[in-house]
Amino acid sequence: MTETEQRLITELGENFPIEPRPFAVVGARLGMTEDQVIAHVKEFMARGIIRRLSVALRHQNVGFTANAMVVWKVPPERLEEIGNMLASFQEVTHCYERLTTPEWPYNLYTVIHRPHREECLAIAARLSEAVQIKEYRVLFSTQELKRSNPQYFTERG
Amino acid sequence: MAADHGLSEADRQLLNAMQEGFLPVPNPFKEVGARLGLTEEEVIAELRRLKESGAIRRLGAIIDSRKIGYTGTLCAMKVPEERIDEAAAVINSFPEVTHNYVREHDFNVWFTILAPSSARIAEILDTIKRETGITELLNLPAQRIFKIRVNFDLEGER
Repeated sequence: MTETEQRLITELGENFPIEPRPFAVVGARLGMTEDQVIAHVKEFMARGIIRRLSVALRHQNVGFTANAMVVWKVPPERLEEIGNMLASFQEVTHCYERLTTPEWPYNLYTVIHRPHREECLAIAARLSEAVQIKEYRVLFSTQELKRSNPQYFTERG
Repeated sequence: MAADHGLSEADRQLLNAMQEGFLPVPNPFKEVGARLGLTEEEVIAELRRLKESGAIRRLGAIIDSRKIGYTGTLCAMKVPEERIDEAAAVINSFPEVTHNYVREHDFNVWFTILAPSSARIAEILDTIKRETGITELLNLPAQRIFKIRVNFDLEGER
């Protein structure tokens, strides 16, 4: 990535202006025209670097206070099928396959955000039924110790 | 029923529309307003207020960190209850640590790291182990991502 592209990513991701002509404002910061910025954004979207232009909500502040990470032990030959199935549920916000260790055999991870714990548990039970996997654990978060936005291209990295 | 959290019907509609995304056009907030029957000025004023109030954590481009060369992992640590704050201070001191939650398990401290290389991640984990003296630490990098789509259906939650 060129230095200009890196600065664009930072401005678009971390400092996006909530103003009538936001891309013109970003352009003014970087010495580019509005058209140039928009062309870059479209190109970044086509390359998948920008997933979407959107908002990330603070789930506790919008009523989704229960956060459950559900970890599943899935036979390797069914991982693809089950990963796709679990991902298709609207309530599942994240679905990842992760490395296992001898003391932690769970290979598939889903995150569920709901207003209440009981709903998370009911959804986990429904997912378990749907994929016929009984070995799972629901790990509720009880305290947020840190939640920060990613920072790219700082001097550190 | 979700708790109200001070969000009005109009707030919920706007946040749902914004979660659907906006377009790379000269006046994106005008376009969002057109979907909802709001003026551009109203959309901008409401978005600023919702950001100020904390409902919106971030607004703008959602970046796929992997596509720009970053690598991430999820880690879990077994931290004695009375040492959680102290361990969190060490863990959270790294800007590369983006999330850190206490969860109900023996492995009770769960955090994510996003860094330019796995070497940097290894260095951070070594430092955390050394500074806390806690060695029971799982490093669980993602092998495959089936979904990331953190959307909340706010209108379905009343």
